[in-house]
Amino acid sequence: MKVLNYIKNIFVGLWHLCQGMYVTMLNFCRPKVTLQYPENRGTREYGERFRALLTMPHDADNHHKCIACGMCMNSCPNGTITVVSKMETDTVTGKPKKVLDKHLYNLGSCIFCGLCTSACPTGAIRFSNEFEHSVFTKDRLLLQLNRPGSSLAPKPAPNTQTAKQDVGKPVENVATKTV
Amino acid sequence: MWSFEKLTEWIDTSLRSCMSADGALLVEFVLIGIAILVGYALLALFLIYAERKICAFFQCRLGPNRVGKWGIFQSVADMIKILLKELIQINKSDKMLFRLASFFVIIGSVCTFGAIPFAKGLQAIDFNVGVFYILAISSLGVVGILLAGWSSNSKYSMIGAMRSGAQLISYEISAGLSLMVIVVYSGTMQLSEIVAQQADGWFIFKGHVPAFIAFVTYLIAGHAETNRGPFDMAEAESELTAGYHTEYSGIQFGFFYLAEYLNLFIIAAVASTMFLGGWQPLHIPGWDGFNHVMDYIPSFLWFFVKTCFCMFMAMWVRWSFPRLRIDQLLGLEWKILMPICLINLILMSVVVIL
Repeated sequence: MKVLNYIKNIFVGLWHLCQGMYVTMLNFCRPKVTLQYPENRGTREYGERFRALLTMPHDADNHHKCIACGMCMNSCPNGTITVVSKMETDTVTGKPKKVLDKHLYNLGSCIFCGLCTSACPTGAIRFSNEFEHSVFTKDRLLLQLNRPGSSLAPKPAPNTQTAKQDVGKPVENVATKTV
Repeated sequence: MWSFEKLTEWIDTSLRSCMSADGALLVEFVLIGIAILVGYALLALFLIYAERKICAFFQCRLGPNRVGKWGIFQSVADMIKILLKELIQINKSDKMLFRLASFFVIIGSVCTFGAIPFAKGLQAIDFNVGVFYILAISSLGVVGILLAGWSSNSKYSMIGAMRSGAQLISYEISAGLSLMVIVVYSGTMQLSEIVAQQADGWFIFKGHVPAFIAFVTYLIAGHAETNRGPFDMAEAESELTAGYHTEYSGIQFGFFYLAEYLNLFIIAAVASTMFLGGWQPLHIPGWDGFNHVMDYIPSFLWFFVKTCFCMFMAMWVRWSFPRLRIDQLLGLEWKILMPICLINLILMSVVVIL
């Protein structure tokens, strides 16, 4: 009986080895999954939520949506963002109003966590898919997100109002989405 | 079928016509040495490339594809890199043995390489005890591995070398017994004679069941002898960093690396010579037209296709199975493989007597 078992084990083992080799042979013949990077540049689609470079979208009239509230700066875990604001007199009401002067972003220390975009009440900043970040000097990683001469988009008033009410509530994502 | 003997005889006569017989012999020795070393290096480059590509394909990757078209110059670039690297001196290592070890390994492998019949009339050493010579000289490598482990002054190397010694010595028994089956069947140890006997049918077809069993056991034992996974106890990347060659760098490491890949080739070449007919084309008795067409394919092509098939099997196995533990490894040899080989040898003797 013992001898029979010994012989049986050898054949069972061989059969299992053949099964394993069959599986790897299937793998061998399967199409390869490697993406060839510089060749697929421009043709490869990245996912919507891919976080590569923080940007501030501007419309055709050089308007952005940033209200200089500083939420992004406060939510950033390692001080990558600095929002520099200035006081300006509102042309309609005549009252002084805080507007964005410079939105400074240090790409070198950004960890691409996406907390700033979720904190933003107006959806002024978002992550784009441009991931080719390498530069020769560290200074070139210091970016200013708002374009020179840009200003706040003229009438997002009702939206920003609701958004401002949402600030401080736990669900900041909702605020971003309503805009 | 075209024979390389014409070429070698032409070289011989033209050398003898311009110098004395001894001088011609000397020049021939040098020429053969250069040819073998160049072939050895080129094959190693090809094998390293093939291994990386095949490994990648088994893992659904593309493998090296940047240096040259499809990365074919990748191993050349690696070779240049390894030649330029520093040879690091290990504190309190036995300097002489440390340097000697890599030469032991590579000399054992080159000497075996010389005895393989690559094509019709293309064989450097043709002893009448060729099989015995191959088994004897290829086990010289284990001396080099033990020396490397001993002289490195490193625990990892030492453990790797001890494992490797136990493994190689055990599996040599199975490999030898599997080859004995063919020796019993053919009645000769001379490799050229063994190949010549397979003209009307390869031994794996002619030799009934025992030859097939011997082929399988030889492939397993030979695979274990090359120290490649699933039998890579000697290197054991996950536990011993690199086993016996942990402390080696530069070209000394290169020697070990080269020898490892060439041992793979040698095992495959011996398997194809002994079982798959060496450089003999596929002949089926009775099919004269078919046999005639097969004769037009050059003999070295036959040899390399068969060898590549055996090497592909080895790589396939390597990238399929998980590693064995050292006790499982030795259990496989002493409890399963060696009894099978011994019974197989008796079986073949019975077949020959009948």
